[in-house]
Amino acid sequence: MEHQSRAFSIFVHAMALLVAMVILAPLLWLFIMSVSSNADLSAKPLHFWPEVFDFSRYGQLLSRSNNSMGEAFVASLFNSIKVASMATLIALAIGIPAGWAASRNPRVGWSLGAVVATYMLPPVALSVPLYMILAKAGLLNTTWGLALVYLSILAPFSTWLLKAGFDPIPRDLEMAAAIDGARLDQTLRIVILPLAMPVIATSLIFAFLLAWDEFFYALLFTSNQQAKTLTVAIADLAGGRVSDYGLIATAGVLAALPPVFVGVLMQRALISGLTNGGVKG
Amino acid sequence: MRSKITAVSLAATALTFMVSGAALAETQLNALFMAQAAYSEDDIRAMTTEFEKANPDVKINLEFVPYEGLHDKTVLSQGAGGGYDVVLYDVIWPAEYAQNSVLVDVSDKITDEMKSGILPGAWTTVSYDGKYYGMPWILDTKYLFYNKEMLKKAGIEKAPTTWAELKADAQKIKDAGIVEYPIAWSWAQAEAAICDYTTLVSAYGGDFIKDGKPAFAEGGALDALDYMVDSYKSGLTNPNSKEFLEEDVRNVFQNGDAAFALNWTYMYNLANDPKESKVGGNVGVVAAPGVEGISEESAVNGSMGLGITSTSEHPDEAWDYIVYMTSQKVQNDYARLSLPIWASSYTDPAVTEGQEELIAAAEKGLAAMYPRPLTPHYQEMSLALQQGIQEALLDMSSPKDALEAAAENSGLE
Amino acid sequence: MLSDRKTLHVWLLMLPLLCVMIAVIGWPLIDTIRLSFTNTRLVGSEGEFVGLHNFTKMLSSRNFQRAFSTTMQFTLISVTLEIVIGVLVGMLLNQKFYGRTILRGMLILPWALPTVVNATLWRLIYNPEYGAFNAALLKLGIIDQYQSWLGQPQTAMMALILADLWKNFPLVALIALAALQSVPNDIRAAAISDGANAFRRFRYVILPYLVGPLMVAVVLRTIEAFKVFDIIWIMTRGGPANSTRTLSILVYQEAFAFQRAGSGASLALIITLAITVLAVIYIRIMRSWAGGTN
Repeated sequence: MEHQSRAFSIFVHAMALLVAMVILAPLLWLFIMSVSSNADLSAKPLHFWPEVFDFSRYGQLLSRSNNSMGEAFVASLFNSIKVASMATLIALAIGIPAGWAASRNPRVGWSLGAVVATYMLPPVALSVPLYMILAKAGLLNTTWGLALVYLSILAPFSTWLLKAGFDPIPRDLEMAAAIDGARLDQTLRIVILPLAMPVIATSLIFAFLLAWDEFFYALLFTSNQQAKTLTVAIADLAGGRVSDYGLIATAGVLAALPPVFVGVLMQRALISGLTNGGVKG
Repeated sequence: MRSKITAVSLAATALTFMVSGAALAETQLNALFMAQAAYSEDDIRAMTTEFEKANPDVKINLEFVPYEGLHDKTVLSQGAGGGYDVVLYDVIWPAEYAQNSVLVDVSDKITDEMKSGILPGAWTTVSYDGKYYGMPWILDTKYLFYNKEMLKKAGIEKAPTTWAELKADAQKIKDAGIVEYPIAWSWAQAEAAICDYTTLVSAYGGDFIKDGKPAFAEGGALDALDYMVDSYKSGLTNPNSKEFLEEDVRNVFQNGDAAFALNWTYMYNLANDPKESKVGGNVGVVAAPGVEGISEESAVNGSMGLGITSTSEHPDEAWDYIVYMTSQKVQNDYARLSLPIWASSYTDPAVTEGQEELIAAAEKGLAAMYPRPLTPHYQEMSLALQQGIQEALLDMSSPKDALEAAAENSGLE
Repeated sequence: MLSDRKTLHVWLLMLPLLCVMIAVIGWPLIDTIRLSFTNTRLVGSEGEFVGLHNFTKMLSSRNFQRAFSTTMQFTLISVTLEIVIGVLVGMLLNQKFYGRTILRGMLILPWALPTVVNATLWRLIYNPEYGAFNAALLKLGIIDQYQSWLGQPQTAMMALILADLWKNFPLVALIALAALQSVPNDIRAAAISDGANAFRRFRYVILPYLVGPLMVAVVLRTIEAFKVFDIIWIMTRGGPANSTRTLSILVYQEAFAFQRAGSGASLALIITLAITVLAVIYIRIMRSWAGGTN
């Protein structure tokens, strides 16, 4: 680190404070809206701090009484968990062997390249046939169908991340295992997986977050509580027909909690994943 | 020992669960509604719970989407066998839905009692080409709401009966400094803007389509947009109207930031409720004004119906539900946010009490309801018109040019 | 012999991935190409072959041309700002200051916030009557009356870009930070003792380490920005006067709202082609640039 003059140090601290405020202010405001009364939120000039903290909207959205708004919201929360978990697990199950193979055999790298290139495809380019396929298979408006569709996003992404993670693991170990007569699956399971645990964890988080974030396919392919995910539920609330801004904010807070929690908890894994993928390309 | 007891009780629980599950053998119905405007979500949930109590073997799963998602959700769920059984639809969609057989033709299920008891205007909502595609449920039009206190303060005796008078009154209120922007509308790029525009088109005696061709770039339809642009530019209209939907209009009006507002029935009792609103008790309502020499009042047909989807596996249960939801009793019980479709309800004191003003406005407004065009290409035409209206408001082009471009863009040959 | 067996093994390992990819990407893509030459409707009967009609109709329509330039505008401005601000914040994080680890952790927050929640949040913030943006700017004396941020074409686009920027600059900052930390200290020290000024130091010593990772960030963000749907759908739905209607929204309307699956498919393919061209150009430019500095 270079020697810093006093003025420079003050400047750096000021800028850091500014960045922190820019990041935190909207998030804080989301939370404040969720606990402010409607009167505070429609006051002019606006009340930036509520007179009383009112947590009742959380109860309203999480209540499970029959035919309530809460029931619908909780259902979509569970759908999101279901879809994201299924899609993530399948993506990893197929991504680990493929990523390993591509990492060890540059000759098949092109096929992985082709898979990664599908990232350029906009979802709208696949949406019409996917809609028709799901309709024919009776998978529209099911969590399974949606999870399957999510593979089109998760699988290329996690395979790419996994390959980058396998690359630095030395080959000598596999050679030794092969000489000892280990089968392919044994080598993968006993030798590689334990060493690759960090990158697998990173891929898992990324895939889950990607699936949790998805909106377009969910909007098209789900129609009710059976499969509707949280992102669509929030978009429905935010559509401009609900005048209770606090309720919209509450739904936002609840939907943001799981990914933000995971993000903060797994900070290190995420950052290393981001930068590994980024630096190595 | 303990583990044995646990196991036994677990098995018992599981058994009870299975038995009770089998005994119910419910029919599950999925119903699609919209969130807000007209009946509230709470009202619809309450009505449905009552229906379920009366029909314990039927369970209704309610789905609420914003109005903007209603059409696309209905169409998209067509591909899914288990999409919706009952859908709410706007008066403008039966043409398209009929063409794509989205809804079941229920003409033979409509009884004579229904035919004679329900207002003729309501029936136009669900019929296309001589067939009935469901039951009317929400009978609605846009009314002119006004803040009585503000009008009195500005020395205005009675609510305006022509659009020119509205403009003059708004000017008085603005000049008196009572409120900065007297009029609030819902002119966001959405169907809401078309409803306000159609109200004006009906006042000016304009046409949307003549001989299958768009005809809104001339005559009364052009005058209507001219009025909107003039009102916007003169500062009488809240400039934020161009991103307002109905709920924004209600918020502004009940916050005391507007003297006049064009909105649906539901706003009357909500804005008049002192618990919800700062202007409670001061809300007046009349039928939307007319234009001297052309019309006495103006109104858009903003009604909506309930229909059975052609993919429903339980059309009979779905029909029972629709009949219940549209029955006079239910409609009278929940007549605070949406007025009944039944003619005799309008003289029933249980319905009219406490909202005589609204009923009086409804008698005039409902009779004057003007349709938006019936065309299978409605969605496309509407979007082109929304763009045209906003371009004119934003001064990106003249009203005439904007409407001509919209006509070209409308998908109508 | 051994090599043959090994090749077999490799393909065996790749097989599940390839199968899934063919099912959820390959086949639908081919079907989209087929559909784009027909007038198929979304629900109902199979359409007929109409040749290039969909493509010529789409390319010559005013709606497409407008949406294309809107999309380009959104992409160029948002990606440029994200990269510039991201790199600046990355450089900031590479300095010594109190709370550095906390700030770095904070950068995860906007990134982890679901896009839909982000869009909803900003829509509330920009509300013309009761939004926090107007209230805050008025309090600070930056504006003298409330503005309709999402109601005017120019400000609506900037408001969308700001919301997108807030969510996405942290990712760039983290990538930039990691790249900066990979600059060996002795090289940096050498440059300082050579008397190179700050700009030259950045250009010749630090930038070469940044270019590679940033290239990836630029390409990824460009692709994502070009595909943008969620944030616009929720904040403006393409309004006002369709001034924020991007290509993805146009395809949605064509294929799903108007149910013209055929022309919707052709439009989707046109977008795909545009993204591919954009990505290739970017990679070329960045490569030649990186080659020049090393």
